[in-house]
Amino acid sequence: MKEYLLLFRGGDNPDMQNSPNAFQAHMARWMQWMSDMQKQGRLVGGQPLSQEGKQLSGTNKVISDGPFMEGKEFVGGYLLIKATGFDEAVLLSKNCPILEFENGNVEVREIQMLHM
Amino acid sequence: MVSVLSKIFGTEYLETAEDVVQQTFIDAIRVWKIKGLPDNPSAWLFRVAKNKAIDVLRKNKQAFQHDFNGDERLLLTSEYTLIPTMENLWREEIIQDNQLSMMFACCNPGISPENQITLILKTLCGFSTAEIAKSFLTSEDTISKRLYRTKEFFRAEKIKFEIPEEKAVKERTNAVLNSIYLLFNEGYNSTHSNEIIRRDLIDEAMLLCKLLSENKHTQLPEVFALMALMSFHSARTESRITADGDIILLGDQDRKKWDKDLIAQGNRYMNIAAFGTELSTYHLEAAIAYQHCIAVHVDDTNWKQILLYYEWLIQLAPNPVTELNRCIAVMQVYGAKEAFIILENISDKKKLESYYLYHSLCGELYHRLHATHNAIQSFEKAISLTQSEAEKNMLRKRIGELM
Repeated sequence: MKEYLLLFRGGDNPDMQNSPNAFQAHMARWMQWMSDMQKQGRLVGGQPLSQEGKQLSGTNKVISDGPFMEGKEFVGGYLLIKATGFDEAVLLSKNCPILEFENGNVEVREIQMLHM
Repeated sequence: MVSVLSKIFGTEYLETAEDVVQQTFIDAIRVWKIKGLPDNPSAWLFRVAKNKAIDVLRKNKQAFQHDFNGDERLLLTSEYTLIPTMENLWREEIIQDNQLSMMFACCNPGISPENQITLILKTLCGFSTAEIAKSFLTSEDTISKRLYRTKEFFRAEKIKFEIPEEKAVKERTNAVLNSIYLLFNEGYNSTHSNEIIRRDLIDEAMLLCKLLSENKHTQLPEVFALMALMSFHSARTESRITADGDIILLGDQDRKKWDKDLIAQGNRYMNIAAFGTELSTYHLEAAIAYQHCIAVHVDDTNWKQILLYYEWLIQLAPNPVTELNRCIAVMQVYGAKEAFIILENISDKKKLESYYLYHSLCGELYHRLHATHNAIQSFEKAISLTQSEAEKNMLRKRIGELM
């Protein structure tokens, strides 16, 4: 069993922000998706991320504010799951509710074992 | 509330659950003093406790996390699922399941019976340490130690908080019933307290058993039988003592005072208990109690039937105390002489020598055989063996009548 990081991008939708009911129904599907994975013992953990942030870069450790990028590029959350391989990780990701949106995106990355 | 919170934090963190409950009540007192009682106080309490639980989880996520492996509580660690999962855990039927799970956790076979009852009173009945100490005539310190040891046990053994698998439900439920019956008996005939009847313990025991009878996982015939038994017994509680707390013997009780509703309730449970092929000791004890309840006058008691039930009871679960009780039925049916023969032949008579009721019955038998001197001796022996003031008074009265 390998571990995969799912990065969620996009998925912001003005309709959703204006309707608490629609938002709640959407969150209920996140709940469903995640608890299904939990029942299969696939879920390791994960959190949504707020829009605010700081960036540090380079040897000078330059600090700047926020991701400040377009909504669809902005990482809105992550999940760590267990899967036998990419095929299964992708299959599991297909049900992610973020893909209810045209601009929704799930990036599936395998956790790399560092052999030193 | 403690049971839901223990489900959330895990039995290892029972103290955290208790802290949250305590904080909730402190908040309630503070807020209600200023704003008055809310429309729905219990909903208010649950909401506050829920929010506090969310705070605790957010603050201590790391500490809890390693315990969440493969557990649905894992969903409490992610903000994606924390609130819906939390809401779900506070649903009425889930709360009931949780109380039941808590009961099973409290009655884990690894915990001694007295610690089981202590824990049940503390977590499920909401008794304070001081109240429990009072019920058992012991110090708060002792109770705290008992609770501490049990919590350590939960932590060390990682006791899961769940209703047992179908296969184990029967056996584990019997352990729970046993504790409930002990609790009930402590209320019905208190050995530790100055009051002979502790209505609060009786009510709690019946409430817990009712919970078992209402949950589909635990609707076993013996659950209903115990419910019937406790209903019949508690129907008679009020008539068992005088206003001064003195004991009134079964034969002298005012049967009009017996609670007809509780007897009817006992009957209903008895009918449900009759399904299946199971015959438990609770069935038989309930049947005996029923015979007493339906006798309009003490002379109407169907002692022959009662004797038969005792015979079955002894076959099902041999026990010197049951044999002793059978002697009373023998005395009623065949007379004191025969009862004496049976009494002398009780298999494990040694165990009874230190039991006051054994000597009290000897006294009664001697009295019926007109051996007054021996009767008084036996009653005196009985007095020296009981802790209860009410029982001592009753026995002294008996001696007074003989002199």
